[in-house]
Amino acid sequence: MDGTTTPEKITKVSIIVSKGSLEGIYPALIMANGARAEGMEANLFFTFFGLDAVNKKRIDHIKVATVGNPAMHIPTLIGGLPGMSGLATHMMSKTMDELDIPPIPEFIEMIGDTGCGMYACKASVDMFHLNKEDFVDQIQDIITVGDFYDMAAGGQIIFT
Amino acid sequence: MSTTTFAGVPVELNEEGFFVDPNQWTREMAVDMAKADGIDELTPQHWIVLDFMRKEYFEKGTGPTVRVLGKTSGVTVKDLYLLFPKGPAKMAARIAGIPKPKGCI
Repeated sequence: MDGTTTPEKITKVSIIVSKGSLEGIYPALIMANGARAEGMEANLFFTFFGLDAVNKKRIDHIKVATVGNPAMHIPTLIGGLPGMSGLATHMMSKTMDELDIPPIPEFIEMIGDTGCGMYACKASVDMFHLNKEDFVDQIQDIITVGDFYDMAAGGQIIFT
Repeated sequence: MSTTTFAGVPVELNEEGFFVDPNQWTREMAVDMAKADGIDELTPQHWIVLDFMRKEYFEKGTGPTVRVLGKTSGVTVKDLYLLFPKGPAKMAARIAGIPKPKGCI
């Protein structure tokens, strides 16, 4: 032994998606997809506004936040003008397409096909008066926080 | 880097078990490597993926991502994960004797 040990590999991740903006959703999807690509077990848990990522009515309309986001380098007043969020989203989507990053609906479908688990948070679903039918087919179940912790047992939890 | 013997021929592998020189690879070696990775038998569907990966690698200089594989290899993403449970792009690249594909998707 040379005194250094290789850390044990991560074999399972459970990722919580709590935001409904484009920049809030993509990192979680990329991490979940990447985990499966590395042969890890992965689960996605959608809560609060993160539910928009799997809500049939909202999934095609996910936008970048142009207000309250200093990294966008757009003054708040200008970012708040009508259409700004749509424009920024359009530009970003174009770049992502060039980089071969799929649009959110296709990405959700693909991640479902990788065998990643996808669940909606019961408290948020009740709060927004939603039902299982409101979600894309990839959502396997509406679960409680307790169910989530059971499911996440033995792995890492990531909150986004 | 380490040297391992597949199908009776010594080959050089990097730390992650990928071929250092893809030209050293033979189809007989793939059978051995697959077994070592838990795939008892390489089916025609496995071979579609492996051949596709090598073709892409020699044409483009890097192996395809899972998304590209799913769209263009003729094998769906769902089936890719059934064929190569430890992660299709990575596992298939290793068995196909090409470097680990770069890319996050």
